[in-house]
Amino acid sequence: MTRIHDMGGRFGDGPVPREDDESRTFAKDWHGRALALTVAAGALGKWNIDASRHVKECLPPADYARFGYYEKWLAGLANLLVEHGIASPEEIATGRSDAPAPDDLAARRLDAARVKTALRSGGPSARDSSDGPAFALGAQVRTSAIAGNRMQNGGHTRLPAYAAGRVGTVVLHHGAHVFPDSNAHFNGEAPQHLYTVSFAAGDLWQHAESPHDEVRLDLWEGYLEPA
Amino acid sequence: MDSGRFDFTDLCILNRSSTTCFRANTGRWTGAGNPAQDDAMPHDHHDDNPHSLLPSEPALRVKALETILVEKGLIDPAALDAIIDLYERDIGPQIGAGLVARAWNDPEFRTTLLTDADRVITELGHGGRQGEHVVVVENTPDTHNLVVCTLCSCYPWPLLGIPPGWYKSDSYRARAVREPRTVLAEFGVTLAEGTAVRVWDSTAEIRYLVLPMRPDGTEGLDETALARLVTRDSMIGTGLPHSAGTTA
Repeated sequence: MTRIHDMGGRFGDGPVPREDDESRTFAKDWHGRALALTVAAGALGKWNIDASRHVKECLPPADYARFGYYEKWLAGLANLLVEHGIASPEEIATGRSDAPAPDDLAARRLDAARVKTALRSGGPSARDSSDGPAFALGAQVRTSAIAGNRMQNGGHTRLPAYAAGRVGTVVLHHGAHVFPDSNAHFNGEAPQHLYTVSFAAGDLWQHAESPHDEVRLDLWEGYLEPA
Repeated sequence: MDSGRFDFTDLCILNRSSTTCFRANTGRWTGAGNPAQDDAMPHDHHDDNPHSLLPSEPALRVKALETILVEKGLIDPAALDAIIDLYERDIGPQIGAGLVARAWNDPEFRTTLLTDADRVITELGHGGRQGEHVVVVENTPDTHNLVVCTLCSCYPWPLLGIPPGWYKSDSYRARAVREPRTVLAEFGVTLAEGTAVRVWDSTAEIRYLVLPMRPDGTEGLDETALARLVTRDSMIGTGLPHSAGTTA
């Protein structure tokens, strides 16, 4: 069910790698370029943040594992460009454009003068909802037994496998937010109430470091049922 | 390679991990040995991995994609410079440190920051991409907060800037939820006995900022001096603020 990105709790990774030089925002010049290119391409509005996360999750596991962070971004961008008809595989292979983009798409180009405003406004995911929340603060809830997208086989979801089928306590309610399981597949924003749910570490891990520790996750109402 | 399906009009591109071929008879790009799967997800590029067509050198991959998009009229190269400039110069941990220092010195601000961070951040003009919805969580003698994103690398960009490499590493993402104390020890943080660890796995668009405990002996310091004690890692939870008089 899970994909390579769903690695919370995984064993086998070594110590956390620390940079030699943390004074640089981007360790290599191309890192900054890759980030900026991805942000600017996203501003064209052909996909949303959930789709851009999902395309990276869908990289072949061998590629995901060997790629650095910004290599995943570049791979995701290349795949999105082809999937959305902006570039052809031939263009990706040659690194040259065969034809200009349609005028309506080119009109959405993020110009330098608009960068600060665009990045300062961001893309809020909170939405109004006419329905009240199903769970009150303090409610005991159980997460879905299977961490998977219920509408799309292998689709995007934000319930990590390590927290599937566990009982926790609702500690925060954030109102309704865009539902990634739907939005990533361009099936509408379908907003749902979003909660922070607290789980005792001992309910998640066979050998928790301390019985007093907890892990809190942000989970959509559709992932939860009363416990 | 399936030589029976290969003729001179086909084009194959070899990459480090894969071979991708243009099949003249079908007009499709395929990965050699990976028959097309009709029931695959749209993003499951078993039969056509466009990313594997890119050059093997990452800097050249960026160049290829940038060139394509600039030639198509979809990217303004000056906009890329502006984005890089924004995150290298204007947006970084100093923003978050300013909020923390002010919260340490101003009880009313601290209360608002902990209960309605979005209002504070909007009023101060610190909102933006990857910081649209912020919750500030407070360290106390009883509770130490630690922030991670196990599924990707969510991080409060407008308050802390671009995340450091380790935050985005497999090791941090995999281990911070299961063995946070071991991870903290790698960062040189040992908690007092009786302090519980509360890990926040950022699975949605809520971004978390840790309000660290004010160091002892800083009573007389103003906000500017206090802000210099606030490290980026102390606002993620993998570090503590500098002690008074030890500003790096």
